[in-house]
Amino acid sequence: MIQFQYVRTSTPKAAVDAVSKAQNARFIAGGTNLVDLMKRDIMKPEKLVDINNIPLKGIEQQGNKIVIGALALNSQVADNKLVQEKLPLLSQSLNAGASAQIRNMATVGGNMMQRTRCNYFYDTAMPCNKREPGSGCGALEGFNRMHAIFGTSEKCIAVHPSDMCIALVALDATVVTTGPKGERRIPFSEFHRLPGDNPEKDNNLMENELITAVEIPDNAFTRNVHYLKIRDRASYAFAVVSVAAALHIENNTIKDARLAMGGVSHKPWRLTGAEKALIGKPASEETFRNAANIAMEGAKTFKYNAFKLKLGPNTIVQALKNAAEPV
Amino acid sequence: MNEAFFDKKDYKSLDRVDGRLKVTGAARYSAEYQLSGLVYAVLVESKIAKGTIKSIDSKAAERAPGVLAVISHVNAIKVPGYQTSNQHPSEPPVNGQPLRAFYDNNVYYNGQPVAVVVASTLEKAQYGASLVKIQYEKEQHKTDFDANMESAVLPAQAKKNPKSPVADYSRGDKNAFANAPVKIDAEYVLPTEVHNPMELQAITAHWEAEDKLTVYDKVQGTQPTQKQFAKEWNLPPENVKVIATFVGGAFGNGLHNWPHETAAIIAAKQVKKPVKLVLTREQMFTMVGYRPYTWQKIQMGATKDGKLVAINHESVGQTSSYEEFTESTLQQTRMMYASPNINTRYRILKLDVSTPIWMRGPGEATGAFALESAMDEMAFSLNIDPIEFRLMNYTDSDPDKQLPWSTKYLKECYDAGKEKIGWEKRKMQPGSVRSGEWLVGYGMGTGTFGANRGVAAVRAELDAEGNLLMQCAITDIGPGTGTAMVQIASNTTGIATDKITFQLGNSQFPKAGNQGGSSTVNSVGPAVQAACNALKEQLKTMIASNGGSQAAFASAKTDDILFVNGQIQIAGSDSAKVDIGTLFKQNNIRKIETTQESKPDENRNKYSMYAFSMHFAEVHVHSLTGQIRVKKVVCCADAGTIISPKTAANQMIGGATGGIGMALMESAIIDHRFGRYVTKDFAEYHVPVHADVPHVEVFFVNKPDTLADPVGSKGLGEIAIIGVAPAIANAIFNATGKRIRELPITPDKLI
Repeated sequence: MIQFQYVRTSTPKAAVDAVSKAQNARFIAGGTNLVDLMKRDIMKPEKLVDINNIPLKGIEQQGNKIVIGALALNSQVADNKLVQEKLPLLSQSLNAGASAQIRNMATVGGNMMQRTRCNYFYDTAMPCNKREPGSGCGALEGFNRMHAIFGTSEKCIAVHPSDMCIALVALDATVVTTGPKGERRIPFSEFHRLPGDNPEKDNNLMENELITAVEIPDNAFTRNVHYLKIRDRASYAFAVVSVAAALHIENNTIKDARLAMGGVSHKPWRLTGAEKALIGKPASEETFRNAANIAMEGAKTFKYNAFKLKLGPNTIVQALKNAAEPV
Repeated sequence: MNEAFFDKKDYKSLDRVDGRLKVTGAARYSAEYQLSGLVYAVLVESKIAKGTIKSIDSKAAERAPGVLAVISHVNAIKVPGYQTSNQHPSEPPVNGQPLRAFYDNNVYYNGQPVAVVVASTLEKAQYGASLVKIQYEKEQHKTDFDANMESAVLPAQAKKNPKSPVADYSRGDKNAFANAPVKIDAEYVLPTEVHNPMELQAITAHWEAEDKLTVYDKVQGTQPTQKQFAKEWNLPPENVKVIATFVGGAFGNGLHNWPHETAAIIAAKQVKKPVKLVLTREQMFTMVGYRPYTWQKIQMGATKDGKLVAINHESVGQTSSYEEFTESTLQQTRMMYASPNINTRYRILKLDVSTPIWMRGPGEATGAFALESAMDEMAFSLNIDPIEFRLMNYTDSDPDKQLPWSTKYLKECYDAGKEKIGWEKRKMQPGSVRSGEWLVGYGMGTGTFGANRGVAAVRAELDAEGNLLMQCAITDIGPGTGTAMVQIASNTTGIATDKITFQLGNSQFPKAGNQGGSSTVNSVGPAVQAACNALKEQLKTMIASNGGSQAAFASAKTDDILFVNGQIQIAGSDSAKVDIGTLFKQNNIRKIETTQESKPDENRNKYSMYAFSMHFAEVHVHSLTGQIRVKKVVCCADAGTIISPKTAANQMIGGATGGIGMALMESAIIDHRFGRYVTKDFAEYHVPVHADVPHVEVFFVNKPDTLADPVGSKGLGEIAIIGVAPAIANAIFNATGKRIRELPITPDKLI
């Protein structure tokens, strides 16, 4: 780890100012990912701007949306009554992620900002365009079992690691930010990026921009929801594949649907085509299987992750079944 | 019988004698000795898999704040014992040359320690290490086992000695398999697994004088380590002191001394200060051994009514380019079942990787995965219950050594396990039992390991308050050695356990080898017993010389002399009760002491001695997603007398947990383009978390084997894991009909 400066701030403006003054500065909240990356010399910020004292921990209903402060802890959101009642899918996804200890440290904003867990990104002796642009993609022809099948590029096939973000993209969330140019709102589906030619950029935040909140419409996906995460052990592992499913069912007919996948792309992967295939159809395994097949259109696999072509749709079907008939 | 072993209210068992120290943090591990003037060392590793170091640019590192030295082959002092051979003095002969720290510019594998940076703080050393720039002359490396398997060779020791345990073996008709009425022919693959104990490998090295070395070192043997470093540094053994009072798990990777230890000792010598060196989790993958990647093939033949007629078992295990590591992968195939015809063939494959080392259930755990999977496959082919099939081929003597067993109570294990797992719910046809969307399967696997015993000595000291202090150089890597020894001493003397202390983990204490090979209770236990008996002899003589009512002690049997409520008596008689304080006062002494050695006897030549285990698993597999949940494990062990039920059950549960990891998760994967591991931390190399480990029920036959050793114990560290992985793989087959022969079994293999 290199030596770095550390400052604390207590307002969004002061934080943005502090970060803007340095060449290579980062905000730090829970630090559950950034500190690891610094210890391994994967990220080498010269200055850390601690934002934990900024009052951005609130979780409240504002009109027809629920607003969650960027510094609300993952565990706090997962256990929040309002979230459990109005956004059970979000609560489920949070509890599927990390460990209790990490959820007690990690914030909502930090969760969105976490970096990929690609093996090559994490080893400075290996090539990785995301860590060191131009060095090549180690995973492309390497050990890519955990890697993406949608939206990949020759430069990068890494996946976005968050569970929470899969639920947020399904629930049509909006990211609220503040920066040198003031406040802005970014639709969640446009927050993270595909790798393209610039895999070093995970998201569309502008320089020195700070996430202050996430807004989720109160669209009443309160009953028929399920977050299903398939991983190599029962807990504390990243998703091999995950699915966030939310349905409105009336008289066994699907009136509305939201569907997104994790572990398959550089960004939380919303499945709008499959959603359309669900709406207006009976909530049956046949409908789910049809939607799952549509969801997999355009998938491109690599040497070690071809199984996702089967595991992906099976997980969609199972998540939809669980959503349709919650236990 | 649904309660866990620990929960049984009526089970009298001593709590861990050092439990409080461990859970309060008072126990000191090798990295926790804050010596005066202590400095910190961080290793720099090679980033190529084969070649030579052209140059090392350490200028920036040397200039970095707090850095005291950057040491590599360029400027390392010559380790005097390195000049000839570095064969480890206390290990069986391994052909080759162990890796020597900073000896020359050769790179044998990716992740090899090539330099060490010493600084005033850990952070400064880490930063310094990041500044060391190394130029290499790369050579073509070979790390891909599958691509190079044809280069596998017979180990040199087998070439030299046809009776070597890894030499080709044949019993009966060599070609019996060809004519067998029912045949199984299958290949099995076990990936590289890494011990990964919770405590990272750590050493604090301190030259107390120019020729006097003390190391606080995470090792499994203090005296083997003492011998090794004495040899390396040309010192008399008494000038080297090794302390390993607490070891936070090891599973075998502390059975060898590794270059990082010598690196710390070199560094301490060069900076003239005590040096602490702790490996990172990543370095644990390349610097302290692992369970080798192993390919196996089994050809099994049987009659239609279930009699084995042939087993051909082949194995190829990975080793490094510089040492021939071998293990007993095929041993149980020779002795477990009554097949008249057996061929085994063991080969090693030298790759540009680091040398493996024994990992819990070494060899046998790997071999059992193949053998016990094949037994299950054969039983299924024959439409015979897998337990019945094993009973039909049960052997009442060792067909390999052609000796009677000292004891074998495996049938008791079958019976108990069958009942506890609910074997009657199992159906022969896979996929027959469901629980909602989950497929339910039951499987079992047998384990065995030699009931080993070595030489050990114990010093015992009894004071006027009746406190018994014992000392032995043995380590305790977690099984609860101190607890078991206190129990043996209490059983032998009648002294209350809270008045007994067992000190260990110090090379200056009486003789002991490594804690390894399930041999500690069998080796040290008898020495404890002998020392206690010698003390009782002394007491007896002292008491008898008082005459009068105490003269009866002269003719009492030593076994019968016991402390009862703190007073010395002849058990089972209304003898005089002697107060030890008074006795010592009369004799004008403050304490008595003795040192007793115990060693294996001639029974070892007359009997075949093995511990046995049976593992049963109930596993659920999701029909759509392939998710695997081990729902229940039952472990039954024939390990002789169980000295300390709690710590013994703890070992069995730990073994089951390790077996779940082996079956379902663990795999250290190399990207062969770079010859470098890509799964080398706990995020990528999975071990079971609590949610993966179900209720584990433990059953002990608990019958003594006094032919094996006087305390009647056969050891259980290894049999706790041997057979667990095949039990799970067999249960998965029973659930799904899918026979997975390459571990680990992950969801993608089941959809």
